[in-house]
Amino acid sequence: MIRYIIRRLLWAVVLFVSVTLATYLIFYIIPVDPARLAAGKAATPHDVQVVAHRLYLDKPIWEQYLHFLDRLVLHLDLGRSYANRQDVGPTVLNAAPITASLVLGAVVVWMMIAIPVGVYSALRPRSVGDRIAMTGVLTGISVHPVWLGLIASYFLGYKLDLFPIQGYCHFTGAAPGEPCGGPVDWLYHLIVPWTVFAVLYAAFYVRMIRSTVLDTLNEDYVRTARAKGAPERRVLVHHVLRNAMLPVVTMLGMDVALALGGAVLLEQVFGLPGLGYVALHSLFQFDYPVTLGVVVFASILVIVFNLVVDLLYAWVDPRIRLA
Amino acid sequence: MPLLDVRDLKTSFKTDDGVVQAVDGISFTVEKGQTLAIVGESGCGKSVTCLSIMGLNPHQNTTTSGVAMFKDRDLLTLPQDEMRKVRGAEISMIFQDPMTSLNPVHTIGRQLIEAVQLHENVPKQAARRRALEMVKAVGIPRPDARLDDYPHQFSGGMRQRVMIAMSLINNPDLLIADEPTTALDVTTQAQILKLMNELQRDFGSAIILITHDLGVVAETADDVLVMYAAKAIEQGDYSDTFYRPRHPYTWGLLSSLPRLALGAELKPIPGSPPSLLRPPPGCRFHLRCPYAFDRCRTDVPPLVPAPDDPDHLDACHLDEQAKQRGAEEIVGRMKVGSP
Repeated sequence: MIRYIIRRLLWAVVLFVSVTLATYLIFYIIPVDPARLAAGKAATPHDVQVVAHRLYLDKPIWEQYLHFLDRLVLHLDLGRSYANRQDVGPTVLNAAPITASLVLGAVVVWMMIAIPVGVYSALRPRSVGDRIAMTGVLTGISVHPVWLGLIASYFLGYKLDLFPIQGYCHFTGAAPGEPCGGPVDWLYHLIVPWTVFAVLYAAFYVRMIRSTVLDTLNEDYVRTARAKGAPERRVLVHHVLRNAMLPVVTMLGMDVALALGGAVLLEQVFGLPGLGYVALHSLFQFDYPVTLGVVVFASILVIVFNLVVDLLYAWVDPRIRLA
Repeated sequence: MPLLDVRDLKTSFKTDDGVVQAVDGISFTVEKGQTLAIVGESGCGKSVTCLSIMGLNPHQNTTTSGVAMFKDRDLLTLPQDEMRKVRGAEISMIFQDPMTSLNPVHTIGRQLIEAVQLHENVPKQAARRRALEMVKAVGIPRPDARLDDYPHQFSGGMRQRVMIAMSLINNPDLLIADEPTTALDVTTQAQILKLMNELQRDFGSAIILITHDLGVVAETADDVLVMYAAKAIEQGDYSDTFYRPRHPYTWGLLSSLPRLALGAELKPIPGSPPSLLRPPPGCRFHLRCPYAFDRCRTDVPPLVPAPDDPDHLDACHLDEQAKQRGAEEIVGRMKVGSP
């Protein structure tokens, strides 16, 4: 197990270097003249040169990248925004919990829907309940989240006035100048976004869990468990679900990473100032350090997440540890 | 009184193509400490017979009728919860493929301990000691360390030993072994059969052994039931079926046994078993039977005792003379061929 962990960690480092290199190249090398963008519209050629020197843009590319990496790894510094000269790090760190709240809450909602419905469908295939669930799955997959988000906030928020139309409240309490805060407000503002976010994924996961549980029910070791005299409930929990969840855990790791990217759309719809929101606005203002900061941060999140999933997977399935 | 008395067992499955009569009126008894071998080709209903007795067929599309008396209870009408208590404690089962019959995500120790704790309220430590004893008894080296290994860390033969340990851990009265050696190589097969014979002697369990391998039957069985296309076509004790076989299908099975002598010819039965969805009229074996005549194509032969032996039954229209001649010929050929 230790050797497995070390191997995964080394892979994570390799991944980190390649991802940051790629994003660095995209944002700093490809734009025609980052120094001019950084210096502003009214800058003289001399100003631009000064800025270029300060941003290391007059050095060879590999040196630029190493400098960037050095700043990032040793000083946890992502540079400063062109637009408002603020450090990118805190901007990203302030936005991150908002996206995390949205995505992780949605994961909880969709798994809470998908596991019971998927298992029920697998235990009673072709029953009325199964057919209703499968119809729901088809609808869930077909509906576009932005459309659903707008509809939900129009009817539930505006017409019925049950939930806020948009906005975000911090879990830890209201900062000065904010109208709301604390766990209750946080939950109240996120219920609709979570549900809308969860619909698509719940649909995918119901279908997936249904098929993995159906497959596992036909395994010989499930018959062995019954032949041992295990009650149905125990067969299901200890022998079927543990095995059926293996592919689901893998999928979940990849989907959470994907969902972090997909959050861009729903953050717009519900006015949540998360990572997607910050990234989009910085992009419109050509504020590359901020965009790059979000991308690098998100990549690190994805790498860490995959690592966690890999380790979790090895813990659930003993066969992986040796491979 | 026999330990298990099965009478007129019928099992059918509803499928998309129609009803499949997988077991059609099978009757047999198993005595305490004895071994019954159920013999037949793949798909003849051997496994379904045993799964019916265990109540392990999928309930949604299965219909079972008949009686299976086991220690004064009819297993076929026992409520689910009562049946659960019988499974694994009084009747246990070993399956064909040891590679897939153990749960890959639990250690074998955990699976053995589970088998104990499902039926007895004993602390984990005591259950573990029992598991250790059983693993030792089935001849797994370094039992204490291996208990914490996962199934994928064992070879096929070792996994079947684990399955045997698990099935005997509650000292059942009856062990059903569904082709326990089919998936193993020949040397391992012999080891497993020897082990089962020894354990039967030590534990006194009766065994129902399902197999298509007459070599296995010869090494273990007291009684034999030969099945063909969901029906019993011959049954009797071991020496009856091996030395005085009365049904052409049994003759065919015996002739297709490979022998080590020079020039001994392997004679397979031509063709393959009929579909159980639409079985042929008359005797189900007539399409492949070299002795078939007109009556075989129309009338179903009843299962009747031999004139000189009420415990030796067969279902064939051939007359007594033909049956005797056929038996002599087969047995003679087997002697010539034997080394």
